[in-house]
Amino acid sequence: MSSNVLIERKNQVWIKSESINELTCDKQSVAGSVSQRACVFCGSRVVLYPVADALHIVHGPIGCASFTWDIRGSLSSGPELHRVSFSTDLREKDVIYGGERKLESALSELIPKYQPNAVFVYATCITGIIGDDIKAVCKKITNIFNIPVIPVHSEGFKGTKKDGYKAACSALAQLVGTGDITAIPKLSINILGEFNLAGEAWMIEEYYKKMGIEVVSILTGDGRVEKIKKSHGASLNVVQCSGSLSYLAEMMKEKYGIPFIRVSYFGIEDMSQSLYDVADFFADYPEVRLKAEEVVKTEINLILPEIQKYRSALSGKKAAVYVGGAFKAFSLIKALKLIGMSVVVAGSQTGNQKDYEQLKMLCDPGCVILDDSNPLELSEYVIQKKADLFIGGVKERPIAFKLGIGFCDHNHERKIALAGYEGMINFFKEVYSSVLSPVWNFMPCRNGELKEIV
Amino acid sequence: MLLRHTDKKVKERNALTINPAKTCQPVGAMYASLGIHGCMPHSHGSQGCCAYHRSALTRHYKEPVMAGTSSFTEGSSVFGGQSNLLQAIDNIFNVYDPDVIAIHTTCLSETIGDDVSQITQKAIDDGKVPAGKHVIQASTPSYVGSHVTGFANMCASIAKYFPEVSELKLDQVNVLPGWVEPSDMREIKRMLLAMQIPYVLFPDTSGVLDAPQTGSHMFFPKGGTKIPDLKRCGKSIFTFALGKFCSELAALELMKKCSVPFEVLDIPIGIKATDRFMMKLSEVTGTSIPQMLEDERGQLVDIVTDMQQYLYGKKVALYGDPDTIIPLCEFLVDIGMKPVHIVSGTPGKYFEQRMKELVPGANFRNGPQADMYLMHQWIKNEPVDLIIGNTYGKYISRDENIPFVRLGFPIYDRIGHSYFPVVGYKGGMRLLEKILSVIMDKMDADAPEEKFELVM
Repeated sequence: MSSNVLIERKNQVWIKSESINELTCDKQSVAGSVSQRACVFCGSRVVLYPVADALHIVHGPIGCASFTWDIRGSLSSGPELHRVSFSTDLREKDVIYGGERKLESALSELIPKYQPNAVFVYATCITGIIGDDIKAVCKKITNIFNIPVIPVHSEGFKGTKKDGYKAACSALAQLVGTGDITAIPKLSINILGEFNLAGEAWMIEEYYKKMGIEVVSILTGDGRVEKIKKSHGASLNVVQCSGSLSYLAEMMKEKYGIPFIRVSYFGIEDMSQSLYDVADFFADYPEVRLKAEEVVKTEINLILPEIQKYRSALSGKKAAVYVGGAFKAFSLIKALKLIGMSVVVAGSQTGNQKDYEQLKMLCDPGCVILDDSNPLELSEYVIQKKADLFIGGVKERPIAFKLGIGFCDHNHERKIALAGYEGMINFFKEVYSSVLSPVWNFMPCRNGELKEIV
Repeated sequence: MLLRHTDKKVKERNALTINPAKTCQPVGAMYASLGIHGCMPHSHGSQGCCAYHRSALTRHYKEPVMAGTSSFTEGSSVFGGQSNLLQAIDNIFNVYDPDVIAIHTTCLSETIGDDVSQITQKAIDDGKVPAGKHVIQASTPSYVGSHVTGFANMCASIAKYFPEVSELKLDQVNVLPGWVEPSDMREIKRMLLAMQIPYVLFPDTSGVLDAPQTGSHMFFPKGGTKIPDLKRCGKSIFTFALGKFCSELAALELMKKCSVPFEVLDIPIGIKATDRFMMKLSEVTGTSIPQMLEDERGQLVDIVTDMQQYLYGKKVALYGDPDTIIPLCEFLVDIGMKPVHIVSGTPGKYFEQRMKELVPGANFRNGPQADMYLMHQWIKNEPVDLIIGNTYGKYISRDENIPFVRLGFPIYDRIGHSYFPVVGYKGGMRLLEKILSVIMDKMDADAPEEKFELVM
């Protein structure tokens, strides 16, 4: 293989202390590159999926529904309607004559039967192209059954996954503001962009409760329509995971005057900061800050001895981080530093200019920063930089393993909670067990240098 | 109760699929393309399609799966995807340097009317396809057929493109294995080798999606059917098309182009289907069936004899792809089990016809609304002792406490399918081991203490 970086992509790769050009991002993927990105529909689907008492129906050919059937470990404490896959399963004749009637009839069948509290109707590439008026169908059905039936404008080709987040936020915005907020206290927040993977939202909510703060709604982890409807009653929006729900936070600020702060629940530093930032917002209630300090102190004391253990085992190891949103990468870098690991490759699918500026500051000299990367580039830099660990998602896992290095899933498929203080230990444990797995003793590359890829 | 929403009462639905027993064409085309050595599958559509298909195959095989995408934008959806595809072809050959690019379409590119063969021709005319390299294409709109149709369409494109027309015949046969696992393709090759029959088998994902750990990531693993083999398959004396749904189209193309006669056989799952394959191989090539395979058959029958009391009369629900289900159903009947509910999301009258012959008394349906929801409803009305199908059966298995054997695509939650076959006599033995293990594990788990037995 001649050059492993596509010429069109050379500005989307940046090396600290070496590159002079600026890093380019927010670009459409180059056609023909094996991008790890997905589409608009995928973005909307992952954001709205955890709303457990809503009915989610995919209006399109079967693939879009089947590939997003029960794909996220977003836990629900009650209803599980979100885990059932509904689709209009469009066929050739629907593509010719239009799918509106099919959608209408599907909804008329489903709503009386499942009695959902809301319905999300996802548009796909094909319904966008054939021009189905999903909005009109939704309006009609809303009037008949008197529940919110919300169109999600998630036609796959309309942009990147990020545009899908926006479409999801617009859909959520139709629910926000329609509930009764009279019983909501002043000391209240919403958590935005937390999806309750492996029960993480429950842990976070518990910390805030201990501070005397009521969590009105978590968007969208363990989500409920009723809670989303009254989320405009909260005093503050706490936005986790930069990419997905900032758009809704901005809309809520504009419409309801609710300010928002950006936080990360990953890593001791960031986790604690996210509690302090909320406490500082409620500065008129000094006891909140005291309680936050108490929470932080107790939790850290619990895990500190454990961290020392992992630090002595992992210090000096190197990691490559390739995640969806750039914000996650910041937290990962800081968390890895805590156990003495350095990040030698860092990148994201959807970071923006501001994100990358921050990433550049955080990382060590020589660190390679990548926007919208592909397997070839990732492999090349992982080998060149001699990483011991790769942190990424489903498509990166087997590549890391083929290269003979450890892997930690920091995406939809993680089975253990990585957020919060407890999550920190889970994370180190996972890193430890993968990086120091005895299986690497069988790797040919471990006897000398890492092999070049062919 | 994950499926608490399943209603016992079966009501006809016509606009709605709940919990599908199929997926869309492109993923099948991608899987088939991966069975050519040095091939880069390419999805002509939005980025999401390609990401989903790669993820699905990666989850199923725990292997890296490489494929390109035309990355459609709103602009390309209005003005057509030609420039994206031309750029993609150029980029892929420049950077990844595959021997073949296998393009499949999506619902989007089909509906806007992109003419992929014309675009490919333009790429060739513009000199974007280096000498000795190939671009093939298959039309795989998601709103027609299912993933099985996509697989068949890509196989047909391979059969249309590569074989060279020649008067000369070689002493060899073609085997189209259909949509089976790499392990199954390996097993078919082992049987052919045992019979000393020269062959060309395509597609062949063994060595691609079951690649060993070597400490390096091979972008194009060493497996897959090689181009020279594909070229010479026009000179074969006969084509064995295993599985009507997956392989008949390709066999037809081979006959049309190179006059290679063919016969459609079932995928050799179980005793009878394997017998038929062996006999036909023997008949066409004049080779006798070696003792080794005879012995394997004997071992398979021996297991059935030994364990008949655990098999006889047990009711089975099975679902998945028609080419797999048809011979599997026959095998289950042959070993004394009773298939009672059968569902396949893939449309096609042939399925119904075969089911009527094999299991006239059973509930069976394929095509629209033949989904896992219907399967669950049937099971609620008539409970079964065993479920066989892909990973999506685990919900029903858990809710209804029914033993479950994973077979088909996708399997996201267990390993083994890449390495251990279900075809041939050996594969039959493995199937029996799996079936008996889950049934007997449940007997052990449920037995009251006084009836819990050491010897079974």
